[in-house]
Amino acid sequence: MSLKIIKAGIQDTVQDKGRYGFQQLGINPSGAMDKYAMQVANILAGNDRGEAVIEMHFPAAVFMFSCPALIAMAGADFSASINGEPIPHLHPVVVYKNDVLHFHKPQYGARTYLAIHGGLGIKKWMNSYSTHLKAAAGGYLGRNFQKEEEIPLRQSFSFKPGKGNFIVLPWRADTNWTNESKEIFLLPGNEWDRLSTESKENFMMTSFVVTRQSDRMGYRLSNIPLRCLTNEEVVSSGVSFGTIQLLPDGGLIILMADHQTTGGYPRVAHVISAHHSRLAQLKAGDRIEFRFTSQAIAEELWIKQQQHLLQLQNACTFRLQEYFHGH
Amino acid sequence: MNSTGFTYRIYPLGDAALTVDFGNKINETINREVIARFNQLRKEPFPGMIEALPAYSSYTVYYDILTVKLSDPSISAFESVKKQVEKRLALAVTYDESSGRLMRIPVCYEHEYAPDIHYLAAEKNIQVEEVIRLHTSKNYKVYMLGFLPGFSYMGEVDDRIAMPRKPQPQAVAAGGVGIAGKQTGIYPLASPGGWQIIGQTPLKLFTVNNEEDPAMLRAGDSVQFFSISKNEFENY
Repeated sequence: MSLKIIKAGIQDTVQDKGRYGFQQLGINPSGAMDKYAMQVANILAGNDRGEAVIEMHFPAAVFMFSCPALIAMAGADFSASINGEPIPHLHPVVVYKNDVLHFHKPQYGARTYLAIHGGLGIKKWMNSYSTHLKAAAGGYLGRNFQKEEEIPLRQSFSFKPGKGNFIVLPWRADTNWTNESKEIFLLPGNEWDRLSTESKENFMMTSFVVTRQSDRMGYRLSNIPLRCLTNEEVVSSGVSFGTIQLLPDGGLIILMADHQTTGGYPRVAHVISAHHSRLAQLKAGDRIEFRFTSQAIAEELWIKQQQHLLQLQNACTFRLQEYFHGH
Repeated sequence: MNSTGFTYRIYPLGDAALTVDFGNKINETINREVIARFNQLRKEPFPGMIEALPAYSSYTVYYDILTVKLSDPSISAFESVKKQVEKRLALAVTYDESSGRLMRIPVCYEHEYAPDIHYLAAEKNIQVEEVIRLHTSKNYKVYMLGFLPGFSYMGEVDDRIAMPRKPQPQAVAAGGVGIAGKQTGIYPLASPGGWQIIGQTPLKLFTVNNEEDPAMLRAGDSVQFFSISKNEFENY
């Protein structure tokens, strides 16, 4: 029971919701960049929402299944195919022994998530399946997948078909992805008021572009250099996914999943939690429009997103049961 | 409303965390209060608390908006967590002196393992031997861990060897002992870093396979460095 890597992608890692409770040891949470998409993939595959998934960028890996499996992809749409036949995004799919999963062309987004029913046959490190690249721990051997490796699956999917061809199950997760606004909502950071009036205006009036110096640790933005009214040092303290820091050269960086636990740069703003998913699907060259919002709206949007996931989970659990018991 | 007389300010860190700030400074008394408050929260978490992170003069509390909101739908999650944190701040805590250990750490200051020691000595207009003598002459307090798994922020070094960070980060080996301003620290893993590297320890500061206790140092510990030769380092 395994997933064989026919060809490695640029960065394929195992991720889950993240590793919490160890930041006091300097161990950052990591986890999926797009935790919403990660959970959608798990829900479609009939897993717990926090099960380990495979996070991929483009070009993504080519996989071969050594046993039948129920799988699903969510997040970025990389035009997936099974044995060369296109499969639709956001549907559960039953695949069989020796089926090959391939990704051809990015349609939208930066990161796609592959969930497999039953999860991966790997061990947790410090209470999480997420890959910690710096510590070379967690996930699969603490690193990206490499060619010829076989990633163990926890179980094989026992569903006997008529003819042994893959099956796309007839329901799709509604994530409203493409209709969504691209605006990213912010809350002011503790050092927002250190910015000069002119810099504040620049920050609010201009749009930003994600530069090539962007990865799972953070996104560097291209922007007119911003200035502080004071040079007073910020003594290192806690930061978070979505924290926007002002670097000494006046540039901005948005901290992402692999961000370090603490930082000593001014925190000018924070991306609201409900928009982390949107943020995680941006790639180099994409434009960001920021808009300030209130704590109340930020909380409300997050709760709505969680409720949506719960509804999706209920609906998909029902459909899966109906489908496999009905057959 | 603080039982121990420290003034503090609570500010949101985005929508799912808040920070209790005792004044944006490096001070041993404040840091003890931070560690004591962190331990108090660990012992008495509130519903929806994910984790807490102690730093120099502040601690950050991360929470799950939905769980917090469900426990009190009448107010915002931020207000709710703030209340929980203030309730705990109103209770007295004592800093457990015995929790901090004295750790003796061998360091090889020879050039091969100390890429920046000559530069630092030249910039500070002292002999390399004097840099070593000053660095090993006092006990340093571990204020916090951060940056990398197991990375310890310690202080404070003698003014005669205090030196700003490099403008651009460079590759640092695992065990690299560095100086940044009046701070000193040890890189537990190989990483790019901006600190001036004046030595290297053969000790393993972070052990991935020891999941119960992966980091050798904890906030609150004291560290005493001692000099070892290249030969001792290589046969350690």
